[in-house]
Amino acid sequence: MLEENGNGTGKNGKEVGLLERVKAGVKEDVQSLKTDLPAKAKEQVEGLKDPTKTQVYTSIFRHKHDDTPRNRALGVLSNVFLHLHPAKINRDAVRYSFTWGMGGITFFLFLILTYTGVLLMFYYHPTKVQAFRDVLYLEHDVPFGKILRNMHRWAAHLMIIAVWLHMFRVFLTGSYKKPREFNWNVGVILLVLTLLLSFTGYLLPDDQLGFWAVTVGTNMARATPLLGHEGPFGKMLGMTPYNDVRFGLLGGSIVDANALLRSYIWHCIGIPLVAITFMAVHFWRVRKDGGISGPAPVMLESEADKRRT
Amino acid sequence: MDWRQLWEIVSAPDNVPIVGMIPLLVFYIYLAWKQARANDELVAELETNPALAKTHHRKSWPFRPGWQKEVHVWPFLLRIEFLAAIIVTIILMVWSITLSAPLEEPSNPNLTMNPAKAPWYFLGLQEMLVYFDPWIAGVVMPTLIIIGLMVIPYIDTNPLGSGYYTWKQRKFAIGTFLFGFIVLWVAMIIIGTFIRGPGWQWFWPGQTWDHNRLIYEVNRDLPDLFGITSNLAKGIFGAIVVGGFYLIGGFVVHALFRRYNPKDYRRMSLLQYSIMIFFLLTMVALPAKMLLRLALNIKYVWITPWFNV
Ligand code: HEM
Repeated sequence: MLEENGNGTGKNGKEVGLLERVKAGVKEDVQSLKTDLPAKAKEQVEGLKDPTKTQVYTSIFRHKHDDTPRNRALGVLSNVFLHLHPAKINRDAVRYSFTWGMGGITFFLFLILTYTGVLLMFYYHPTKVQAFRDVLYLEHDVPFGKILRNMHRWAAHLMIIAVWLHMFRVFLTGSYKKPREFNWNVGVILLVLTLLLSFTGYLLPDDQLGFWAVTVGTNMARATPLLGHEGPFGKMLGMTPYNDVRFGLLGGSIVDANALLRSYIWHCIGIPLVAITFMAVHFWRVRKDGGISGPAPVMLESEADKRRT
Repeated sequence: MDWRQLWEIVSAPDNVPIVGMIPLLVFYIYLAWKQARANDELVAELETNPALAKTHHRKSWPFRPGWQKEVHVWPFLLRIEFLAAIIVTIILMVWSITLSAPLEEPSNPNLTMNPAKAPWYFLGLQEMLVYFDPWIAGVVMPTLIIIGLMVIPYIDTNPLGSGYYTWKQRKFAIGTFLFGFIVLWVAMIIIGTFIRGPGWQWFWPGQTWDHNRLIYEVNRDLPDLFGITSNLAKGIFGAIVVGGFYLIGGFVVHALFRRYNPKDYRRMSLLQYSIMIFFLLTMVALPAKMLLRLALNIKYVWITPWFNV
């Protein structure tokens, strides 16, 4: 561009030669636009016919998708979410009648609860003035607020039922036996955490139902032996309504603003974090203990004591 | 028959999960029982036919030579998981659209709810409050339930029935668990939900809740029955009764266990054996105390200045 203006520089041969070369170059450029671009465009379109070969695709998916045993295995192993699974499992372990799928359903419900719970948090203030109104607002004004709240509530109830059924089937299949004793214990902790999650959530709408349920529930804490002011030996240890475990749980001697805040924090942050940690351990141990326990070949009475190791 | 009252209780949104859980439990018990029976029949057949036992694949499901023992997680397991996730989502959606989560009046400490019920999953414990003081029903019992669940893998020394459904190989373990889970936990929840009305009084299904009904129960304490009056004597008497329950009960359990479960008895260490007996008797203590109350109107067995049992 500058050269073409030719401003300020003398008219000598060199400069003119440059101008010509530039002209020739531009001509070439134009020519290449005419020939190369369509060719490249064609190449591009051809490439799009097989998107799995594009760089973007291969950077995301690290292996081919042809239906070969190797790729089936890699599809599971190289995916962060799926690699909790082994590549292959016992052919009978996929039978619904064995696991009832309840562990997985429990986990899925936990995911739904996290998702709907985060959405609910956008509308909810854990204060005495606002909490109840926020729930009313959700019910009547927030788009899809009602179904959001309903889904969160019913998923919580379902999760409890699913956890119980999961525990029930683990017991009935003897799946807590060696080497899975520890994972059963992790499970028991998860059971308690699930109940606590539900219980802490019950107070949050700040209505009569939650208020009295939590009042009844935490009144029990008064009677804690040693640590409650109405419990055995509590008075002797100097327990009063203002320093016992119940006070610690509620942040006060009655279910009030502090109790609401504490409930909220336990419900939305504290217990979920602990539960996620234990779930990670739980799933990890299922793998490390050799996958799910069965369906295993039946063992005969005569073999019982031989196989103990 | 007050159908309206019955409908009000059964259709209360927070009671719907329990109404739903009952058929679910029945279904899964049936499913487990069906597989247990098939496995038990297979075991019986193999016990009598050692030659077959050597070659049999040992599952009640068909298996032919040449079939692969393992299958790929993708697609065989993952497709089930995706399907389960979709089904659960649909159920949850439909449930959330058709039934709304309860929201009562704003919480009001001056307006007591009658009956004030804990969330349904804790109603078993609340039901126990009828028979035990809060420090037992609300604190000691939940703690013992958790610990009791946790010790299960460490006291069940029976190597049979690991990874498959069975009844005959694990009668004692499964019977005990069913007693604890179905009778002491689920049945109490059902009573707490559907039977208990105002004042935590017993109303049969379909009986109108009468908020003014008063029952003059004249409860006595066990020491009164024996004419014991002094506090010291009451304390000692109660200690003897409770101690006696565990000692004599322990002896009875011992006599039965070593006769009917000789193999487990031989395998168990002293520690495992005593822990098992302790938890078994503690479980039995619940219906025992209920019986004392219902048959003889006994309130306390053991009275001390610090606590009552
Ligand atoms: C938040 C709660 C829980 C979640 C998300 C969860 C999840 C799972 C999953 C996905 C599995 C794989 C097999 C299956 O689905 O059945 C599993 C296995 C297992 N779970 Fe849980 N679980 C939970 C609570 C419990 C509880 C309450 C117990 C027992 C008290 C328990 C004990 C076990 C054991 C022993 C296994 C191994 C089973 C086997 O090898 O067959 N879990 N859990």
